[in-house]
Amino acid sequence: MFELLGISPQALFGQLLIGLINGSFYAMLSLGLAVIFGLLNIINFCHGALYMMGAFVAWFALKHLGLGYWPSLIVAPIVVGAFGMVLERSMLRHLYKLDHIYGLLLTFGLALVIEGVFRNEFGASGLPYGIPPTLSGGQNLGFMFLPNYRAWVIVASLGVCLATWYVIERTKLGAYLRAATENPTLVQAFGINVPRMITLTYGLGVALAALAGVLAAPIYQVSPLMGSNLIIVVFAVVVIGGMGSILGSIITGFALGVVEGLTKVFYPEASSTVIFIVMAIVLLIRPTGLFGRAH
Amino acid sequence: MAQETARAKKAGHRHQYAIFAGMVALFVVLPFVIYPVFLMQALCFALFACAFNLLIGYTGLVSFGHAMFLGTAGYVTAHAAKVWGVPPELAILAGTAASAALGLVVGLLAIRRQGIYFAMITLALAQMIFFFSLQAKFTGGEDGIQSVPRGVMFGILNLQDMMTMYYVVLAIFLAGFLLICRVIYSPFGQVLKAIRENEPRAISLGYNVHQYKLIAFVLSAALSGLAGGTKAIVFQLASLTDVHWTMSGEVVLMTLLGGMGTVFGPIVGAFIVIAMQNYLAQLGSWVTIAQGVVFVICVLAFRRGIVGELGRFLKKPL
Repeated sequence: MFELLGISPQALFGQLLIGLINGSFYAMLSLGLAVIFGLLNIINFCHGALYMMGAFVAWFALKHLGLGYWPSLIVAPIVVGAFGMVLERSMLRHLYKLDHIYGLLLTFGLALVIEGVFRNEFGASGLPYGIPPTLSGGQNLGFMFLPNYRAWVIVASLGVCLATWYVIERTKLGAYLRAATENPTLVQAFGINVPRMITLTYGLGVALAALAGVLAAPIYQVSPLMGSNLIIVVFAVVVIGGMGSILGSIITGFALGVVEGLTKVFYPEASSTVIFIVMAIVLLIRPTGLFGRAH
Repeated sequence: MAQETARAKKAGHRHQYAIFAGMVALFVVLPFVIYPVFLMQALCFALFACAFNLLIGYTGLVSFGHAMFLGTAGYVTAHAAKVWGVPPELAILAGTAASAALGLVVGLLAIRRQGIYFAMITLALAQMIFFFSLQAKFTGGEDGIQSVPRGVMFGILNLQDMMTMYYVVLAIFLAGFLLICRVIYSPFGQVLKAIRENEPRAISLGYNVHQYKLIAFVLSAALSGLAGGTKAIVFQLASLTDVHWTMSGEVVLMTLLGGMGTVFGPIVGAFIVIAMQNYLAQLGSWVTIAQGVVFVICVLAFRRGIVGELGRFLKKPL
């Protein structure tokens, strides 16, 4: 079959794997965007910059504090999440009553500032971050070679996504969150501290981005520009999936990663644009997105 | 009430004519005082920002991908002038037409969603155009199209001459600006404002909102293309910078800083942002940081922009 298509199985499965890896980052980032948008009505343009910050915190912790990969998986989301909560308390909360677009503009400005500061400090070239020793090496599956670290990234991000889904859809805290998304005034009247919940939600969404950044650090190099190109693709993913459903964002993220990987095998010239083309087609057929609700 | 607003509008018009006359006089004299190349760059971006303002300020559509129209027109104009060897006026026209056509396609897709989604869709489609420009043969990839001939406009105006080039750019800018003013104050423009203020009500009044939005979008795309084509002739260059998403962000910044929904705001904003880039250029990435900070300040404290705040202070629409 592979000879018929004129491609080697190694290339096919290799690209499928890369697609799944990219897909796990799309899923984690679009999930964070969807959670933030649900409660704050803000599209967080600096999501990519905070993802980049997560990777940098891991790099900095290793270089200057001697903290390895595993502690960084905990530390980086906490540091970046706390930074995000400061942003929310000091700036974003002034915008909730305004048109949604101001949130986009503000976070766009923040993204410029954050990226500019890191580029000033570390230059535009990437910094290497090694794969943790416990996950080096790989498995020979017969039809392809599977590096352990990449398998871990897929499993870890799938786990994090499903845990997030569980918390939001199946726990009491998640029920408060969903209720506040529908009607914050009423939820506040029931005695729940909605502003604090908003802050924590923003922190959670941002922490997800930082976690994705740490996971990405050993695969891509740690660079100030790693977030900005990714975030535009994630926006397209969000448009395709629609922001109505948590599970929808996860599925769309992984699926589009795979679509991108397959395009690299069959028609490499279109691999960087295929997601945008899918977006255009989805807009023609289902303007609200695959999992979106009309409002 | 209606009479009152009509009178107020007329009075508003009168001082706007005066400001316009002052602006024209200033731009005629300015190249003798300030380096004309800087002025030409600022004028191209001023037209770009005014075209963008037609959408964000008067229709309430926030496009985050306007760089694609600036850049596409730049490439088409440069290609036409260099490879086909057509005179500059036709090259710019070709670029404008290309951007208008692109605007039609993008507009048809993007107006299917509103608000935030509209912004994300335009951003994503602009990124697609960016990747296309990076890979396509005729754009020259990373190098862009260089040493585009300026040529002779209408067979008489030799654009190699700096001053001739400047006044041609000024004429193009003024033509575009007047067209935008004409649109804003036409009945068509009033409907656009109605859509901005309350779209469901505009629909219930029987207006075909989609059609109005689409026309505004194509118009804005075409005028952005006019700016991009002119810029390509002035700098004899079409490059990836003009299609990159940072450029889309810059035009938002210009309009926001100058004042969204004001007639003269985008011009002021464009001049400030371009001046900032030119005079802070040696500071490297601090320019980006400065732009980001200006964005944050504008959104948090200064949403009317410079001209908008001035207009409020003078109690006159500017």
